[in-house]
Amino acid sequence: MRNLAIILQRELKGYFATPLAYVFIIIFLMTNGIFTFELGGFYARGQADLMPFFGFHPWLYLFMVPAVAMALWADERKTGTIELLMTLPVTLADMVLGKFLAAWALLGVALLLTFPIWITVNYLGDPDNGVILASYLGSWFMAGAYLAIGSCMSACTRNSVIAFILTVSTCFLFVIMGSPIVLDVFPDWVPQVLVDAIAALGFLTHFDAIAKGVLDLRDVLYFSVFIAAWLLASAVVIELKKAS
Amino acid sequence: MIEISNLTRRFDQVVAVDDLSFEVREGEVLGFLGPNGAGKSTTMKVITGFLAPSAGSVAIDGFDIGSQPLQAKALIGYLPEGAPSYGDMSVVDFLRFIARIRGFRGAEAEQRVAAVMGDVALESVARQTIETLSKGFKRRVGLAQAILHDPKVLILDEPTDGLDPNQKHQVRELIRNLAKDKIVIVSTHILEEVSAVCTRAIIIDQGRIVADGTPAELEARSRYHHAVAVRLTGELDLVAELKGVAGVAAVEQDAADATSFTVLSSGKPIFASLSGLAQRRQWPVAEFHARRGQLEDMFRAVTAGASAGRN
Repeated sequence: MRNLAIILQRELKGYFATPLAYVFIIIFLMTNGIFTFELGGFYARGQADLMPFFGFHPWLYLFMVPAVAMALWADERKTGTIELLMTLPVTLADMVLGKFLAAWALLGVALLLTFPIWITVNYLGDPDNGVILASYLGSWFMAGAYLAIGSCMSACTRNSVIAFILTVSTCFLFVIMGSPIVLDVFPDWVPQVLVDAIAALGFLTHFDAIAKGVLDLRDVLYFSVFIAAWLLASAVVIELKKAS
Repeated sequence: MIEISNLTRRFDQVVAVDDLSFEVREGEVLGFLGPNGAGKSTTMKVITGFLAPSAGSVAIDGFDIGSQPLQAKALIGYLPEGAPSYGDMSVVDFLRFIARIRGFRGAEAEQRVAAVMGDVALESVARQTIETLSKGFKRRVGLAQAILHDPKVLILDEPTDGLDPNQKHQVRELIRNLAKDKIVIVSTHILEEVSAVCTRAIIIDQGRIVADGTPAELEARSRYHHAVAVRLTGELDLVAELKGVAGVAAVEQDAADATSFTVLSSGKPIFASLSGLAQRRQWPVAEFHARRGQLEDMFRAVTAGASAGRN
């Protein structure tokens, strides 16, 4: 645990020592604003909730999270620091978790800094703040799921641009998994159970309820298991690919 | 003590390290030699636990690197090839990170960092970002992180590669000073370095040990060991003169200079008898001196079949 904390701190320090964290947060906040007010019709709806804000998050994360995740492991391999890191007395689990949690914390900070929109909606009306809190948590968990995919993809290559593209593609697949685009592909003879199961793996299936403020334990569990599975895959890939 | 037994490492079909076995004891500075692609770096990567062996085992002070990696790694300080470090950190921040990972806290960590920066003369760049430093400084940052916890085992992969002669000298001095009651393994393809710092040298080629001994022993195996160099000022048929003289194995004429010869010994010192002969027969001699065996000759002789490739 101690080593995990040290790795986490180093990573976080790295984000804020370079312009990366600041650029990311500023772009994140600006894009959020455009989505919510321009595309989401925040004012026109005339309702005191943050539906248009959270509703765009799956699409916003699709590009923002891979940008944070792409360097996680690809850069370590490119610069050779992976050899340094992996010959220190640290377990692989500490490294994978430490790096993931640092990036997840950065996403959390960016998400927290959207608080003016929460103030706005409270100023304009009388929203259910419990619902908003639940949606924030749900959104953060979903961001973690994107990030976990990104961690694994970043471990697959030493080129961070390739990692970015792989992550965007894979995340896109999971975003649309529950939508007709994917489900219509399956012919009629495929059992409905299987189609339902595939639909249930999609992000949107789980996030729609969250965006509406229903924080179901099963959705949280889904994202937690999803994150754990992809982090485990990251560890396996790192072990396999570190030498090349 | 480091015990390496029957170590093999394959990459797909290529065998980089082939059934390697040796031990290194406290106080030894082992020079690890070999042509590029001989398996030096791969061996070091396996010893330090970065790569898992395909077969065989490595034990550091009794801790198996595969089954007890944390205990084994805690004993090792390692400078990987090219001295990688986190470029966006400052020197002092990077070393603090290493100190904390190595288990030091608070004042003790600060003390360690300060001490090691003194050892390798990094104080002047302590606050600089590592990526802005020159190659020599980067190499010293790599050395600093390797020796920060005063490790029992120090493994340095080409520590002086790319340094200027002054820096090379400093690094060698540092290694010599560190070496007391430690195990040091230094890989290099600079042979003078082995004579300068090592108490033992292993030459590997194509993943196998082809020579193992003290630098002096290896030099003795050179064909030029005990040879005598002669340069003449006038006409003399040296080959005829030396025919039948005891201890003389052959006479070689220098390809570039027809007046220079090397008299090879068959194993025993021949300088005294040759010099007596020269005086008695009044050879027209300009230069006359004993040659030492060169590690380079030895190296070339045992690694002649080397092919370039993976390092």
